[in-house]
Amino acid sequence: MKTFLKVVAFSVVVILFYAFYASYGIPQIKPEAPPQEEKLDLGSMTMYQFIALGDKIFNGKGTCTLCHNPVGGRAPVLDSVASIALEHMKDARYKGKAKTAEEYIRESMLEPSAFVVAGFGVKGTNDTESPMPNVATGAIGLNEAEIDAVIAYLQKKAGTEVTVKIPVGAPAKEEKAEAATAIAKTPDELVAKLGCGACHKIAGQVGALGPDLTKVGAVRKEDYLRRSVLDPDADIAKQCPTGPCAAGMMPKDYKDKMTAGELEMLVKFMVNSK
Amino acid sequence: MRFLTKAIVSIFIVLAFILSYPILTPASKSSLAFAEEVKKDASASSVKEEKAKDKPAYPPAPKLKETDYPKIKGFNGRIVIWLAAQLHLWFAAFVLAVPIFVLIIEGIGMATHDERYDKMAYEFIKISITAYSITAVFGGLLAISLMVFYPDFMKYMTGIFGSSMLAYAFLFFAESASLYIYYYGWNWLNCGFKKWVHLTIGLVLNAVGTTLMFLANAWVTFMMSPGGVDAQGVFQGNSWAAVHNFLWNPINLHRTIANIAYGGSVVGAYAAYRFLSAQTKEEKAHYDWMGYTANFIAIAALLPLPFAGYWLTAEIYAYSQQMGITLMGGVFAWLFIIQAVLIGALFLSANYYLWCGMGRSEGAVRYNKYIKYIAFVIIACFLVWFTPHTLVMTQTELKALGGPYHKYLGPLGIMPAKNTAVNIMILFTFLSFLLYRRANKIATVSWAKYGNIAQIAIFTGAIINIVFLGVYYGYYTNTALKVGSSVPQVASTLFVIILCMIIDVFMFKGAKDVAPLKWGNVPDRSQYALFLLAVSFTWLMGLMGYIRSGIRQHWHVYTIMRDNSPDAYTPTIGYAAQIVSIAVIIFMAIVIFIFWLNQISSKKH
Ligand code: HEC
Ligand code: HEC
Ligand code: HEM
Repeated sequence: MKTFLKVVAFSVVVILFYAFYASYGIPQIKPEAPPQEEKLDLGSMTMYQFIALGDKIFNGKGTCTLCHNPVGGRAPVLDSVASIALEHMKDARYKGKAKTAEEYIRESMLEPSAFVVAGFGVKGTNDTESPMPNVATGAIGLNEAEIDAVIAYLQKKAGTEVTVKIPVGAPAKEEKAEAATAIAKTPDELVAKLGCGACHKIAGQVGALGPDLTKVGAVRKEDYLRRSVLDPDADIAKQCPTGPCAAGMMPKDYKDKMTAGELEMLVKFMVNSK
Repeated sequence: MRFLTKAIVSIFIVLAFILSYPILTPASKSSLAFAEEVKKDASASSVKEEKAKDKPAYPPAPKLKETDYPKIKGFNGRIVIWLAAQLHLWFAAFVLAVPIFVLIIEGIGMATHDERYDKMAYEFIKISITAYSITAVFGGLLAISLMVFYPDFMKYMTGIFGSSMLAYAFLFFAESASLYIYYYGWNWLNCGFKKWVHLTIGLVLNAVGTTLMFLANAWVTFMMSPGGVDAQGVFQGNSWAAVHNFLWNPINLHRTIANIAYGGSVVGAYAAYRFLSAQTKEEKAHYDWMGYTANFIAIAALLPLPFAGYWLTAEIYAYSQQMGITLMGGVFAWLFIIQAVLIGALFLSANYYLWCGMGRSEGAVRYNKYIKYIAFVIIACFLVWFTPHTLVMTQTELKALGGPYHKYLGPLGIMPAKNTAVNIMILFTFLSFLLYRRANKIATVSWAKYGNIAQIAIFTGAIINIVFLGVYYGYYTNTALKVGSSVPQVASTLFVIILCMIIDVFMFKGAKDVAPLKWGNVPDRSQYALFLLAVSFTWLMGLMGYIRSGIRQHWHVYTIMRDNSPDAYTPTIGYAAQIVSIAVIIFMAIVIFIFWLNQISSKKH
């Protein structure tokens, strides 16, 4: 029995040591949440916003920076790819059909092996095969508009003329709508999703532009609170942390950004914040 | 009592399969009605129609919504599956590995006519018998919880793997039958020709067991590197292509070797447990010897494991560079630091055990003075291995960390430096083993002196070569060529191990013993080294299970079937470590309980 206990104690100590080491001995990095398909409202987008979208995709969903970054050395840095493109198209090893920089970049994303930058090919293929995946398929799966946005971003970055057009009336695929931002399940999630914390002290967030909402239920009625979210300018609160409140500061489009259920959850949450 | 448990477990498993089959196999060729339906669908698109004519049509991978995942109050589906799968895997690894070396030990016993081997082999298999029913229980639990929490995913998988799942069920029965005959027939089939029959049953048992594991591996690797399906996940009808997918063989190899090392370490812990609770000198001697053998098995399998691991990694890169970088460069990069700590713990405890074992022989004093140098080298190598490499990650993760490099990250973090360290660590562990081997012996062959010189020269030469390769490739070539050092380095290591072993075997043929080995004459703390080995191994396996699953990210089947459940996100390492630790505690509790059961069942009145 003594052995039994000793052995058990020893094993538990070892296990706890590993658990603590893994939890506190190394930095805890929260992996990024799975990418969400966003509903693109291309119709009303300016070129500036379109390029910003490309930036976001390049650094996020497209996972381009996983390989194309200055430290890893796994893929060429793409800062000036739009200007280098012309040289690459003239190269004897070029097998593609692109005539312009725009076409070249698109081709590089869809058929990476059309031209393989020297030294970056799959090992043993003598730079005839690219390790880069077709970004329209598989795990990355960008759609046409997203690919165009990335091209615009890369052209802008290289300081060359942005030749891509913002695609208009691109049919929103059904699956896009389906995967659109998930419905929040808790008030905290909802507040985080809508970004109320940028201005308010609410649900653990500490914005300081609008009134503190942590005790708002004590002074405001339910209807008032609902109206404040749906139509912020209907009543203007008096005291904001930075001075008297101003009309027009709080966004007016929250009513389009949440479901009825979410609105009720939010209002209830504020009513109960006393 | 024993019969009752077995009967219950068998019924449990059969029921699980029978219940699941009709629900889960809509796409199997037998259900014609369904195929008709799909054909109708397919005729809408003319391309698919062509295919549908000569082959039964399979549906594409479903696109799931959050609401497609059943919720059961009070349970998190992912954690339930995680625990069930992990526990099943541990017990299965153990149960499959033990017969492999039991067969070998039985063979040695036959060849040497030494009864003790036969007895030990029997004792080993006895432990795994109890573990066998537990394996089945967790297997059933895993199957059921997968159907409950991920019904659509399982439906899709059964559509493709229905036939191999049935084969699995069948093999499971074959495995049980051969295992029980092998075990219960041990004394009956114990002499003359009958012993050969017994050995053959052992062989069948192993063949069945390995096939069983390879089948399960196919399902897992299909989720990582799907084969036999098109980009929409439509199965093309070739089951072999789905089974023999890109990562199947690398995982088969790595798991087989790891399982043997793992099985060795667990029976080592058993021997340690019995040693610590032994009452008599004979008992102590017996379990010391058993522990030594088990440790030997674990270490012999541990040495090639890093190489199999690197092959697996290389294949993951070859399959998808993106997945490879997620594995080695993203959030998981830190996980390999923990892996290094654990593997370091494995190597150190194995070495420590060997050093303690020197106490069994009187001749060992001659070598005791070298041990501190070996310890020093192993720890130094361990520290190099432990140094984190470039941590290339996505923008937000970069910000969280404050830059791509760890602040202590030096040039030691790159791969060639690590390869060098691992190879030297392996060589010095081998050196510990050589010293242990000769501790009690005096070579009698005339060329012993030259033999020694040759061994020293081979060691020195190889180490210089390994360090040179590491430095040259690591610091004087560009990134693309940096991996170039690993193959010649590994070759040098293997060369040393094989050549020195050959010289050693001949040199100590007919050697004089200094004094009879005093089995049982080791300090108790050496037995805790065996326990450390077993616990670390278990924890390591759990951790690697997390990463194997984690690199698929938010996919059930990579690039083909998306995981849209609320749990699709990758948990942090700390969270994973806590789940793994809970699982290890459950596992160790059951295992120590089994040890205790075996102890009381072998008590004589
Ligand atoms: C798995 C790693 C990887 C990922 C992810 C990746 N690339 Fe690449 N990419 C490469 C490699 C390697 C090359 C160089 C070989 C070649 O030319 O195909 C390359 C080449 C390119 C080129 C051509 C460069 C030239 O000078 O000709 C472009 C453009 C490009 N990538 C864009 C992208 C974009 C945009 C993304 C994200 C949507 C992306 N890549 C994601 C690895 C990757
Ligand atoms: C850009 C900053 C900003 C954001 C984002 C914002 N608010 Fe406001 N909010 C204000 C300001 C400024 C006021 C005070 C002026 C007014 O009443 O319109 C205010 C007022 C309110 C009031 C009325 C408080 C009172 O005591 O009268 C409520 C309730 C409220 N916000 C809720 C929300 C919620 C819920 C969200 C997130 C869905 C949100 N706000 C997001 C700036 C913001
Ligand atoms: C001494 C060195 C090593 C040891 C002891 C070791 C041990 C193990 C063990 C026990 C498993 C679980 C096997 C199973 O589930 O049956 C495993 C899996 C794995 N290992 Fe290793 N390993 C080693 C080296 C490596 C290396 C160097 C890598 C890659 C860099 C690696 C990558 C993996 C991966 C990805 C898995 C998951 C695959 C699976 O679950 O089967 N291993 N390892």
